[in-house]
Amino acid sequence: MLDLTYEAPKPKIIAGAKHDWELVIGMEVHAQVSSNAKLFSGASTAFGAEPNSNVAFVDSAMPGMLPVINEYCVEQAVRTGLGLKADINLVSAFDRKNYFYPDLPQGYQISQLYHPIVGEGEVLVELGDGTARMVRIERIHMEQDAGKSIHDMDPHMSFVDLNRTGVCLMEIVSRPDIRGPEEAAAYIAKLRQIMRYLGTCDGNMQNGNLRADVNVSVCLPGQYEKYQDTQDFSHLGTRCEIKNMNSMRFIQQAIDYEAKRQIAILEAGGEIDQETRLYDPDKGETRSMRSKEEAHDYRYFPDPDLMPLEIEQAWVDDIAAKLPELPDDKKARFVRDFELSDYDASVLTAEVESAAFFEKAAEGRDGKLAANWVINELFGRLKKEDHDITESPVSPEQLGGIVDLITKGDISGKIAKDLFEIVYTEGGDPAEIVEKREMKQVTDTGAIESAVDEVIAANPAQVEKAKQNPKLAGWFVGQVMKATGGKANPKSVNEIVQAKLGL
Amino acid sequence: MSIDESTAAKVAKLARIKVEDDDLPALAAEFNTILGFIEQLGEVDVDGVEPMVSVTPMRLKRRVDEVTDGKMPDKVMSNAPDAREGFFAVPKVVE
Repeated sequence: MLDLTYEAPKPKIIAGAKHDWELVIGMEVHAQVSSNAKLFSGASTAFGAEPNSNVAFVDSAMPGMLPVINEYCVEQAVRTGLGLKADINLVSAFDRKNYFYPDLPQGYQISQLYHPIVGEGEVLVELGDGTARMVRIERIHMEQDAGKSIHDMDPHMSFVDLNRTGVCLMEIVSRPDIRGPEEAAAYIAKLRQIMRYLGTCDGNMQNGNLRADVNVSVCLPGQYEKYQDTQDFSHLGTRCEIKNMNSMRFIQQAIDYEAKRQIAILEAGGEIDQETRLYDPDKGETRSMRSKEEAHDYRYFPDPDLMPLEIEQAWVDDIAAKLPELPDDKKARFVRDFELSDYDASVLTAEVESAAFFEKAAEGRDGKLAANWVINELFGRLKKEDHDITESPVSPEQLGGIVDLITKGDISGKIAKDLFEIVYTEGGDPAEIVEKREMKQVTDTGAIESAVDEVIAANPAQVEKAKQNPKLAGWFVGQVMKATGGKANPKSVNEIVQAKLGL
Repeated sequence: MSIDESTAAKVAKLARIKVEDDDLPALAAEFNTILGFIEQLGEVDVDGVEPMVSVTPMRLKRRVDEVTDGKMPDKVMSNAPDAREGFFAVPKVVE
C-alpha cells in the first residue's frame, strides 16, 4: 500500500519591514481535455490548424445551433476526478457564464457553476526536501475554452481565431492549502504528472493546454492555523487573483512579487482590494485588470439548451477499474520492488514513458544498476541532445543488455560507457558488439599478471619511487589499464600490482 | 424584486445594448412588469416536489468523440464584417 506518512513543509515566511508574514495560495488550474472533438461540437481540437478551420457552427454560435455533449470528454473528467481521489457526482449540470469578448461568439461560456461533475479530492504534493503537502481539491468542472485573440498583427485591429473555441477544459479548483511559490509550482507539476499518467491532458503549458489562475493573500503567522481549524476565511487576508499563467517559473515570480506588494500596502496601513491582476514577465510585476472588474457580473444561470448530465455508477466503476497505476503508487512500488532510493524512484516516475522504459530495462535484472544507467547515462545523453525518452535511440532491451554484460562481469563500468555510446549512435545488440569488437573484460589473472610484469620491467625508476610512496601504485594500475585497452578488471589489476610491488 | 433606473442601466450595459437616459424609466418599468408576471410562480406550493427540468422523460443527448464538423473557414467567416488573413478582425481590444 501507499505509504502516506510524510512531513508537511514549513510555510514560506516573508519578512516585512515591521514583522514576518505568511503566504496563502489557492489555484484554479485549467487543463485542456485530451479528445479528438470539442465538448459540444464535432470540430477537431488539433493544435496549430489554419485559423478558423476547426470551427463548427455551434462554436461560432450561429443562431439555432444546439450543443451536443461529447461523452468522451465526460469520461475524461471522471477519470481525472478518480485520479485525484475525488467524489464523482452522478448528476451535474451546465450553466451559462455571461460576458462579452470578441473571442467568445456565444456571449457566454458553458460551464458548471452550481453542480460540478467532480467534488472534493486531494493531491499529495512532494517537495524536493523530502516534505510533502496534502492539497485539498474543492471541485473539478467542465467548461468550454474561448477563442484566441491576437493583438500584435495589426496596429488598430485585434484578430480572432475560433479554433480553440469550445474545446473542453477541466477547471481544477484547490483549497487555499498551498503555502509558498515552490509549493505552487510543485502542485501544478503534480497535477500535470497525474493527468499525463491518466491520459486526460497532455500538460503542454507552452501551448496553453495547462494554465492557472493563482489566488494569493498574506496573513500574520498563526492566522492560517485558525483558518484550518474553523475553515473560516475571515482569518485570512484579502486575496488577489493572478490570471492565466502558463509557466511554472512565472507563477513563482508572480507570487513572490504579489506577496511583497500586498505586504507593503498592509504595513503602510492600507487595505488590499480584492481584484484580478495580470503578471507582466518583462517587468516582473503584477498589475490590475480594472477593465475586467466591471464586467465581473457573470449572471450565471442554468443553460436551457442542456439537460442535466446524469451518469451511472457502474460506468464510473468501470472507468475506475481501468485506471492506470498512478505516480504515487508507481513510485512506492519502484522503491519496494527495485530497492530504489526515493529520489531515483521520483526521477524515473516523473514521466509515465520514463517509468515504462525503466521497468522494461530492469525486468529480471538488478534494479539499482538499471536505474543508474537509465538516469545517469541515458537521461544525461538524451538531455544533451534535447531529446525526451520517447525519442531514445536506445531501446529498453538494449540498455538491459548492457546491464547484463556488467552484471556478468563481461565488461567494466568504463567499457560499458563506451559500449553505450556505440549502441546510442550506431545501434546493435550489446552482447554482439562486445564479442565482435573484443571489448570483453580480461579477468584471466595470467594475462593481467604478464601485463603488470611488463610495466614493472619497463619502469624500474617508478618501482623504486613506489616502494617509498605506496600511493604511486595507482600509476601502475593506470599503465596496465592502458596497455590492456581498459579491458582488464581494475580490481584484479590493483591487487596484482600491490602484490608484485610488495606493498 | 424591483428594478430601478440604475439597475436597468447596468443590465443594458452588461448586455452591450445602448439605452438613452430618457428611455431608462420606461425600461425599468417594463422589467418590473415582466418580473411581476414571473413572480406569480412563487404562489405555487412546491413543498416536497423534486425540481423538474423537462416535461418529457428525456436524457441528455451524447455524441461519440469523432471529428465530424469544421473545415469550412469560408462559411464560418462569411458573415464577418471584417476578416483578414483568415481571422475575424475587430477593433483593438487589449487588456
